[in-house]
This record gives sequence, structure tokens and C-alpha cells, in this order.
Amino acid sequence: MATPTLPAELSDATSDERSLRRFLHGLPGVDQVGVEQRAAGLGTRSIKKGSKLQAIDTAISMVDLTTLEGADTHGKVRALAAKARRPDPERPDTPRVAAVCVYPDLVATAVEALVGTGIGVASVATAFPSGRSSREVKLADVALAVRSGATEVDMVIDRGAFLEGRYGQVFDEIQAVKAACGDAHLKVILETGELATYDNVRRASWLALLAGGDFIKTSTGKVSPAATLPVTHVMLQAVRDWYTTTGELRGVKPAGGIRTTKDAIRYLVAVHEVAGPDWLTPSLFRFGASSLLNDLLLQRRTQLDGHYSGPDYVTVD
Amino acid sequence: MSTWEYAPAPESREIAGLKPTYRPFIGGEFVDGTGEPLKSVNPATEEVLAEVGTASASDVDAAVKAARRAYDKAWRRMPGTERAKYLFRIARLIQERSRELAVLETLDNGKPIKESRDADVPTAAAHFFYHAGWADKLDYAGFGPDPQPLGVAGQIIPWNFPLLMLAWKIAPALATGNTVVLKPAETTPLTALVFAEICQQADLPPGVVNIVPGAGDIGAELVNHAGIDKIAFTGSTEVGKLIQRSVAGTPKRLTLELGGKAANVVFDDAPLDQAVEGIVNGIFYNQGHVCCAGSRLLAQESVVDELLEKLRYRVSTLRLGDPLDKNTDIGAINSAEQLAKIRELTESGVAEGAERWTSPCPVPERGFFFAPTVFSNVEQSMRIAREEIFGPVLSVLTFRTPAEAVAKANNTPYGLSAGIWTEKGSRILWMANRLRAGVVWANTFNRFDPTAPFGGYQESGFGREGGRTGLEGYLDV
Repeated sequence: MATPTLPAELSDATSDERSLRRFLHGLPGVDQVGVEQRAAGLGTRSIKKGSKLQAIDTAISMVDLTTLEGADTHGKVRALAAKARRPDPERPDTPRVAAVCVYPDLVATAVEALVGTGIGVASVATAFPSGRSSREVKLADVALAVRSGATEVDMVIDRGAFLEGRYGQVFDEIQAVKAACGDAHLKVILETGELATYDNVRRASWLALLAGGDFIKTSTGKVSPAATLPVTHVMLQAVRDWYTTTGELRGVKPAGGIRTTKDAIRYLVAVHEVAGPDWLTPSLFRFGASSLLNDLLLQRRTQLDGHYSGPDYVTVD
Repeated sequence: MSTWEYAPAPESREIAGLKPTYRPFIGGEFVDGTGEPLKSVNPATEEVLAEVGTASASDVDAAVKAARRAYDKAWRRMPGTERAKYLFRIARLIQERSRELAVLETLDNGKPIKESRDADVPTAAAHFFYHAGWADKLDYAGFGPDPQPLGVAGQIIPWNFPLLMLAWKIAPALATGNTVVLKPAETTPLTALVFAEICQQADLPPGVVNIVPGAGDIGAELVNHAGIDKIAFTGSTEVGKLIQRSVAGTPKRLTLELGGKAANVVFDDAPLDQAVEGIVNGIFYNQGHVCCAGSRLLAQESVVDELLEKLRYRVSTLRLGDPLDKNTDIGAINSAEQLAKIRELTESGVAEGAERWTSPCPVPERGFFFAPTVFSNVEQSMRIAREEIFGPVLSVLTFRTPAEAVAKANNTPYGLSAGIWTEKGSRILWMANRLRAGVVWANTFNRFDPTAPFGGYQESGFGREGGRTGLEGYLDV
């Protein structure tokens, strides 16, 4: 399972199951009190005026507009695609979102609705959200998404295998999915709410980066807690350390539970100060969210108009 | 996004309710001090904030007499349950006026508003709440039945945490039934005089708290006054020694909380990212104007390079500037004199061969500012490893084994605090037993709580403040 392009210290780590385990368990621990204190401290940054408007526009451009319901229909996906193209119809200067995120069987609909826009189509895959199926079924799921035109694949890791300490199996599966993705970008969902400890989040982050994930993503949105600031701190630290070691930039996507502009700005502050300003771009940071976009649009109007408009002035899709 | 600059987010200075003049508080009244008035300066802009009347020797005498009268006539006889009510009232008034106090503290001291708002003022209130709870429970504090107060306490506090140090001093003194004459630092008298207003608002009996602004000579008057039963001093070791000489041979009790040169010890199995946070918090909190600052980083040799790389990146993200801006991490150095001292010691570090790294952050033209600085390749013999700099300057030393870490950490005339960073619990306990420091933090730094006693070894002073232990310094036991 070696990955030839990595520096020796890292490719050695992936040479076999035991090396991988030794590497992951050799990573520095995460002190829970410390990381939560730091996240809360950065949460008090006061972002006002021009810097707030800039943050709102940046956050809009980073949204993966998501619908992942059993009740999703072609009509729902088309409505979401329309929203993605023109988030605020009365204000055409509003940035477009980064991508629309749907289940694999609805990818084709989203692709058709977004053709020529440059907006990505992300598909969840690998027996989302639990990841409980055979490798064969998971890869077939990926194949369906890619064949239908998905430009991004959001896979889930096998948390059961991870918690059992079978890191090699998780690693191999991510690599296999990465291979099946072809040109599509791979986001690896760690489901941090099920990993429970920050040490596990750090290990899973490195595991996903070693296996070739382009992004590490916190959550499916189906498990509580979903994204939290301290978990995102740990993951931002991982991509920064990855960059320091390899020179490669990888992305982070918190998903689930981020509903307000205030929350989104706290995440952007964390990106800015923990990972660094280089990560403040949709190619390296995304928000997995559905209701967040409307709050961003409302706050954007508030900034530009000087008064609050109310929820009836943005479209409910 | 090209670059994302945070727009200025200043707290309004109007909230401070700044007045053109402030006066000493003696016997429950603001009086015209007969000392030479001083001008309190905003260290971030060098502008004069207000003129402050100071006490003369006769004013100190009047204050001590007022305190004695209040002690004899009102305070010592008052049941603990009644004293507690005043302390609770003061605590609540500090909370009610917290924004005003925070902004005023930041203007007068130069510390960032996020610290005065989130740490200094709430912790000051917490000290009054905590000690209010003790006032009627002194029989059960472990000092025998009905422990008696000492009388009139003379208290002298420094400029680094003006209101918080006042709370550390006044709250336990009042809870145990003493009355006080307090001298705030020459450069930061303003919040103490707003605290005097709070005493009036709380209807505290006149003379229980007296505030006498002034310079070192007024401190000396207070120390040498025959009517004082107890001196509590927080400040430099140099002045602490003078005070100890002065009170030798008198019945005055003394507690001293002096300087420090704390070691923050990072082992190779530490949670590195949080250790970096702790190092930053340890030395750059309050511009390093902290007696228990973690000014010596002792890093295990096997991890020092990685740690320094992470530390330098983190330090470069610290935002230095207008202390009133809510996003400022590092404010102004309190005075030109202190800035000169920091510069002098920093130059000695370079001259003695340590490797200097300074954050590339922009530094304002006006005001007293010093960019956060990290010295590596520091040896025990250098001045920057031995002397207290009291500024945002960290000295990085290394060690090979736990025994060497203990030896180096203890190799200082001071002994106020220490930090240990390791994921190994047994090693934390092993180290904590061997470090000669009043406070030992494990996997954290600069955390304060009214319930935890604070104080030092050797040249860091004696006596404890806070917690049950802290009551002892104000009781005749």
C-alpha cells in the first residue's frame, strides 16, 4: 500500500499495517482542555465592517450547498442548483457557491442543472452515511457518482475498522476510492462525532491525508455532534503540518451544524490563524451546509443596505 | 480571498467614564491629597489620561488612623455574616461596572481589552465572591475557633494587574476582619480609585478601605508607619528586600509576592500544539508583565526544533497594537522605563550570543510597544536566563533527561511557578514533587482561581494569597 510520491518518513509509515499503526500512535497527543480553550479564545475575534463583508462573500463561495434526505427529488435538486447559480437573484454580484452536494443517484440531475456554471457537483458515496457495506458496494457507489459526472466525491471512512485499530483497512479503502474517483476530488469524511477523542481525529486526519484524500471532512451531518470548532482546529493543524512536511496543500471541510454567519466567521478566523491565510479559498476550505447560505445572504444584505431585511427576502429552496 | 485584514474593532473609550482628576480616598471620602499630583499616562498613546492627587506622609497617617478607627469601631466587631454582605455587594458592583473598569484598566495599563474584559475584571469579582463566602466560616478554616484579625493592613500593589491585585489584597483582608490602606502603583492608580467609588456605593463603613496613590516614598511611609499591623506587598524582589529590612524587629506581619523566572518544561511526548499555546500564554499574556510568566522554556532536545518551528509560526500570528481593539493580543508596555529595561536585557541576550527571533508584526510608531521575541540557544549563564525581564521575551533552553529538567528549572533564586508538558501522568507528579515553585501547572499555564493559593519560594517571596491558605496571612494564628 505504499504511496511513492511522499517523503521517505511518510511513505515508510504506510509500508505495512504495523508501521502505519506506529506512525499514527506516534503523533503528538491533543490536550482536550488546551484545544478547547484555544478554539474558544479565537471565537472572541470581532470581525466588523469591510472585513465582515469580505468574510461573508468568502464564506458563500465556500459553501457546498447540500441536500441529503431520503425525500430528495429531482425537483429539489434542480431548485438547489438554481440557488447555487444565483444565491441572491436581486443581487447578481453575490458570489456563487462552490458546489452542490447530493446522493449519487441525483448527480446526473445536478450536473445537468449546473452545466457551464463552473459550480462543482459533489456526491456522497461509499454507503453514506454509515459506511457499513462491502468494499464492492462502496466502490460501485463511487463509480455511479463519477459516471454521472460528479466532480467531487465525499466518502465516509469505516469507523468500525478505525476504532478496532485496523488502520490498514481504512487506508486501503481510501486509496481504492481515490483510484475510483479518477479526476474527481476526494473528500474523506472522518465522522468525528463517532471517533470521540481529539487524538482519534488527529490520527484519522493523517490517515486520510496519507491515503491521498484531497480534503478531510468532519462529518456526515447525520451524527451528533457534527462539526465543532475544536475538532476543526485539530484538522486545520493536521493540514498545516502536512504542508510543512510535504509542501502540499490539502483542504478541510467542516459539515453539519454550522447555521449562522457568526459561526461561519468563527471558522474562517480559525482557518486564517491556525492553518494560515493560504487556506482561505474554496479550493482548500468548504462549508458543508444547507441553511447557512440563507443566513449569509441575509447578513450580506444587512451589511450592504445598512438594515436587516428578514427571512422573507431570501429564497427558500 | 486575496488578503483578509480584520477591520479595527475598538471598544469605546467613553465607557471608561474618564475624569480629568482623581483624588485619594481616606476615611470614606475623596480628599485632596497634599502630595505632588501625578499624571497617569496611556502607554499606548503616551497621552496624559488624568491628573491624580497623591498622598503625603500626613495623608498616610490620616489614612492609617481612619483605618484604625474603622477597625475598632465597626469592622472587627461586625459578625462575619454582615461583613460577607458588604463583600458580596462589592463583587456584584464590580460586575455591574465591569465594562467601565475593563476599558479604564486598558487605558491606564496598556493591556489588551480582551484580557481586562475576560480575565482581570471577572477574576477580581470572583475574588470578592469567594472571600465573601469565607467571612462567616472562619471558625471552620482550620485555624482553631474564632481566629482573630490582625488589625490595619498596609497593602502595596504593582502595575501589571492593578484591579486584580487590589482584589487579591483587599478581599481576604476584609473577609477576615481587617481594615486596609492600599497604595496602587504610580503608573496605574485609576481603577483603584473607581474601586473606592464602589466602596461608597456599597455603603462600606468609612475607613475600612483607604486608597493612597503615590510613588515609592509613600509606600515606604506606609511600611514604616507605627499604626500598621501587617504589610502585604506584590512587586519587585528589590523592593521586597527593602521592606523586609524595614519591618525587621517590629511586630508587623509581612507577606511578599515578588519576581519570578519560571520554567515551562516541555517533554518530547507533550501535546505539542497545546504546549505551543501554553508557551504563548505563559510569556506573551499581558505583554509578559506577569510575575509568574513562563519566561524560560525548557524543551527536550529531541523535540526542540519542531517545537520552535511551531512556536515561531504561532507567535507571528499574534496581533500587536491598540489595546482597546478587541482583536489585539499584545498591547502596550506599561511605561517608558519598563520598555527601556526590556530593551536593555534583550540587547544583553544578543551580546551574550543567544539567537534572537522577533515577530515580524507591525509595531505602532507612538506608544510603548515591544514585538514578541524568542531567544534560542540560551545558556543558563546568560542574563536573559537568570534575570526577570518582565516583558514579551522568551528564553529557550534545552535539556536531555527529566533529572536535568528539574535541575535547570530549579536553578534560579526565584520559585514562583512552573509548567510541565507531558502526556505521562506519572511524570507530572514526579516533576511537581521536585520543582521548587509555589504553583506548578500541568499541561496548561497562567490559570488563576480564587480557590487556589498563589505564592513563591526563595526570592519570589513568602505567604500565600487565595484559597483557605491565603486567609492565614490576615489572621492572628
